[in-house]
Amino acid sequence: MAVQTEVSDIAAAAGPYDRARALSAFKLGDVTFYWITRLSAISVLLILGGIIISLIIGAWPAMKTYGFDFLLTKRWAPSADPPVLGALGPIYGTLVTSFIAMLIAIPVGLGVAIFLTELCPQWLRRPIGIAIELLAGIPSIIYGMWGFFVLGPFLAYTFQPFMISICANIPVLQDIFAGPPSYLSLFNASLILAIMVLPFITAISVDVFKTVPPVLKEAAYGVGCTTWEVVRSVVIPYTRVGVIGGVMLALGRALGETMAVTFIIGNSFRISSSIFAPGTTISAAIASEFQESDGLHQSSLILLGLLLFVLTFFVLAAARLMLMRLETKAGK
Amino acid sequence: MNFVKALVAAGLVAASTSAFAADITGAGATFPFPIYSKWADAYKKETGNGLNYQSIGSGGGIKQIQAKTVTFGATDAPLKAEQLEKDGLVQWPMVMGGIVPVVNLEGVKPGEMVLDGETLANIYLGKITKWDDAAIKKLNPSVKLPSDAIAVVRRSDGSGTTFNFTYYLSEASADWKSKIGFNTAVEWPVGVGAKGNEGVSGNISQTKNSIGYVEYAYAKQNKLTYTGMVNKAGKTVQPTVEAFQAAAANADWAKAAGYYVILANQPGDKSWPMTAATFILMHKEPTDKAASAEAIKFFKWSFEKGGKMAEELDYIPMPDSVVKLIEKTWSADIKS
Repeated sequence: MAVQTEVSDIAAAAGPYDRARALSAFKLGDVTFYWITRLSAISVLLILGGIIISLIIGAWPAMKTYGFDFLLTKRWAPSADPPVLGALGPIYGTLVTSFIAMLIAIPVGLGVAIFLTELCPQWLRRPIGIAIELLAGIPSIIYGMWGFFVLGPFLAYTFQPFMISICANIPVLQDIFAGPPSYLSLFNASLILAIMVLPFITAISVDVFKTVPPVLKEAAYGVGCTTWEVVRSVVIPYTRVGVIGGVMLALGRALGETMAVTFIIGNSFRISSSIFAPGTTISAAIASEFQESDGLHQSSLILLGLLLFVLTFFVLAAARLMLMRLETKAGK
Repeated sequence: MNFVKALVAAGLVAASTSAFAADITGAGATFPFPIYSKWADAYKKETGNGLNYQSIGSGGGIKQIQAKTVTFGATDAPLKAEQLEKDGLVQWPMVMGGIVPVVNLEGVKPGEMVLDGETLANIYLGKITKWDDAAIKKLNPSVKLPSDAIAVVRRSDGSGTTFNFTYYLSEASADWKSKIGFNTAVEWPVGVGAKGNEGVSGNISQTKNSIGYVEYAYAKQNKLTYTGMVNKAGKTVQPTVEAFQAAAANADWAKAAGYYVILANQPGDKSWPMTAATFILMHKEPTDKAASAEAIKFFKWSFEKGGKMAEELDYIPMPDSVVKLIEKTWSADIKS
């Protein structure tokens, strides 16, 4: 009994005491670290929530005045009395430019990715890969300037007159490719957007194509498939969800791109059937009009911003969902 | 404690001295920014007092002076007398400039082409779409005009230039007046929008067969092909300082409350039809009387000594008779 007491006394006096102190010091560090990281994480949510709330507050007068009609009104007349403001023009421009951009960028982007992963000789892989990364790194204003000074005039004298003349008597197409050729048009903006989002599609596609187990491809080649058959029947089906996710990320960028588009779209609120006509997008409208706006006009521009926010949010959410599904599939 | 007191005292002293040599603050129109900054620079060298002018646009200038965050506001589109009364503001014209149509046509030199108000309005309404339209041909029998489509360029942002340009089109064309009207931004039926005078200049020099409108100074500095205009008296005039001055001299400033005179489409054989003044706004009962007095000193100095500098930058100084009226307005209306 006495010996036991002695031992526990010693233990209480020396060992556990030091250990507890040492441990609590660690614990304090851990708790601090935990809270610092937690606060950083929460601050992101707070900022996001703050942005949404201030957008809603700013857009409230426009929402109250125009209601749902805002989405369906074609007219944009901030100087009319009372002002008539409708988002149909910018929404139309945003969707059309993004759609055409994806139409061009998806086949080209996937083509580059397939070439890089399946066909490219080893020595060419790095230069092409680096070129794609550089394309992604060019600031958007540079694309805008290039589109304005080089691409716009080039298209207006070559591609546009060519399309207008061959489609002149074909129904539907003659409306889509109607003249006159213009330096600043929906089509030019779409083409610049396509070049801008191309690296996104290629980079993600290359990554997901690498997840295809070599044994599947080797088996396909083993039974005599051509490269085209391997890509079509093995690589693409295996990675479909991931590729779509990458495309959605690119779409998110195309929808929100501002500076390059403002340069070359022509900032006009009309809705024209011709893709060679000038138009505007949500972000271009905000960029060119916000500075001098006030009252209902400003509120409507903020409401446009809110619409873009919601649109981009859904597109990105869909992209994340698809990439997540791919990851679980790859994990199996 | 003593240290804190000393610090506060030092701060107060610093504040009071800096208030004494305070920079005059102003905000508004972008069009007069080059001349205001030139005047400010010369004024600072002479008196040591600086001017802090933010060229945020006419709309912004009006908002800032209403909110009393600046000593003076500047706008290209004048406020109506009722509005001035409501906000307790005084308004006067500071300097003038001209707006010119500019074109990019192969083989056409500056001043070679002539347009009139009706034709210009019809181009901007989308009624005239080709350069070889009968109306343009009739005005320019000797100019070789292409049968290409007209690429119309206008401002995408709200601007005093647009206000004065559309005001002139409303004067010249009944159709324009009923369909579009005039404002700092209007519902353009045709054309592409470009941001700022520099944006329009850039678009015009870049796009073949295009037409646009810019401040005279921008047309001159960028060597754009401006056109002559047929004025109200039916005479063809070229955009020159003399033609702008002729328009200004014809205007009846004395009778207009708050100097609300828009110089577009003035009578007179030599008047340029798209002349515009840019205006200053100040409070009748300023909260900071010292700052207000400093600003008035600056404007007085600019009227007296700034004329030559204005001409160097292709602006037109206000005529002496108008300056006398404005000085009377200052002493009568602004409390110091």
